[in-house]
Amino acid sequence: MPQTVDVSNLYISYYGKEVIKNVSFSLQTGKLVGILGPNGAGKSTLMKAMLNLIPRDGGEVTLGGQPLTSMRKKIAYVPQRSNIDWDFPIIVKDTVLLGTFPTLGLLRWPKKRDREWALECLRKVGMEQFMHNQIGELSGGQQQRVFLARALAQKAEYFFLDEPFVGIDVASETVIIDILKSLRDEGKTVFVVHHDLSKVESYFDDLILMDKELIGCGPVDDVFRPELMQEAYQIPFPMLGKLGVGM
Amino acid sequence: MEFIHDLIAYEFLQRAFVTSIVVGIICGVIGCFIVLRGMALMGDAISHAVLPGVAISYMLGINYFYGAIVSGILTALGIGVINQNSRVKNDSSIGLVFSAAFALGIILITIAKSATDLTQILFGNVLSVRASDMWLTVAVGAIVLLAVLLFYKELLVSSFDETMAAAYGLKTRLIHYSIMVLLTLVTVASLQTVGVILVVSMLITPASTAYLLTNRLSTMIGLAMFFGALSSMIGLYVSFLYNLPSGPVIALATTSIFLLAFLFSPRQGVLGRKLKINKRRMAVGK
Repeated sequence: MPQTVDVSNLYISYYGKEVIKNVSFSLQTGKLVGILGPNGAGKSTLMKAMLNLIPRDGGEVTLGGQPLTSMRKKIAYVPQRSNIDWDFPIIVKDTVLLGTFPTLGLLRWPKKRDREWALECLRKVGMEQFMHNQIGELSGGQQQRVFLARALAQKAEYFFLDEPFVGIDVASETVIIDILKSLRDEGKTVFVVHHDLSKVESYFDDLILMDKELIGCGPVDDVFRPELMQEAYQIPFPMLGKLGVGM
Repeated sequence: MEFIHDLIAYEFLQRAFVTSIVVGIICGVIGCFIVLRGMALMGDAISHAVLPGVAISYMLGINYFYGAIVSGILTALGIGVINQNSRVKNDSSIGLVFSAAFALGIILITIAKSATDLTQILFGNVLSVRASDMWLTVAVGAIVLLAVLLFYKELLVSSFDETMAAAYGLKTRLIHYSIMVLLTLVTVASLQTVGVILVVSMLITPASTAYLLTNRLSTMIGLAMFFGALSSMIGLYVSFLYNLPSGPVIALATTSIFLLAFLFSPRQGVLGRKLKINKRRMAVGK
């Protein structure tokens, strides 16, 4: 039986204001999943709740049948770029090396083997020539690739990326989506918070469409449809056609 | 050279020397994390907020160390509570709590009738360091250095990307309050050298100076330790030579070193940047 990622009856609120209302879904592992919805729909919140980073009012999350707490070492998270201090005194290769820390655990230092692995991950995203640069010296797309390399270094089973394609160049976007697809082909599960509707069909296998409540969940063809998209985004049909929503 | 002669001759000067150098080193280390985590104001707050603890310890006749630790930690918790449970912003809740604690401290010390002590606590007097105080400082130094060495990885990742740290299971709240505890220890150890009011200069200035000179945290910590110790030595020497209070002299020594880095740092320095800009403009002009 194939494994699943399950969220059941999830409720989240900030200061009494409901942000996520009774969201439940079940998706097979080994898929590239887009999380879609308008601004303020709770996409990032859903991702953070799935990672147990914020308190929830109710609900369960399991990854491959396991509760989150026992899965921490198998999860890699790439935050939104705006959440990082780009002036921090850290160079590219040391940023990627951070990805080896979770498996190292307390009181153990990265060894030569870990450093080589970090460099290999940096090579996968095509950023090895920048390994000695301070991270703030890179462009947005390059920064995002370095953080993806860090996630790769974590040797995770589940990858969570919050808005990885915002404000980055086309070349970086191609590198990133290719790597995410090859992760999927290796059997990893990848969740991506996303908002550019034009590329949804070519990027993802499954979609989670939400606006505080779940509007649709499942294969792209079933979810990326006018009636559901209109319900989520509250925009008329002709507009959606232009954005490539299949009729 | 008279200073070196006196240093060998007088025990009180040796104690002052050791204490101020240790304080310079540990303030440099903790200062790096304070600066990078954007908690500079927190450093100022904790240093002021140890005052009521010092006063109460004095009244109870126990070592001021214990009271200071308790009031330092209560302040860190108090700031956290106001910050997380109201719309009052972080810097305001820090100012709100520490000014109250400081005011309370001054009143308590006045009631305890120890006016001379108040001046010493506020501005430091490194030449009056007792042997027990020196050993206390050395012990605090050992704890701080050991903690940072053992948990360097966790401090690095949680300072840089707290969400990633939390995602892989680090207790980021615990790390935050552990840093607060270390900060309190460092502050208390610094009381006699630079005093409550100027501890913040030892915490922030050497670390900021190092920040201008490197792109690696480990190097930044090393440089901050060096600048801290150097400032202490310069400060002690000058204050001994001209009979000036040690705290302010040390504080100004840290500032002087910072200004040198600010002007001449190869990458971040004001002059270096100006030169690069002019060079580009010249090149385009031709």
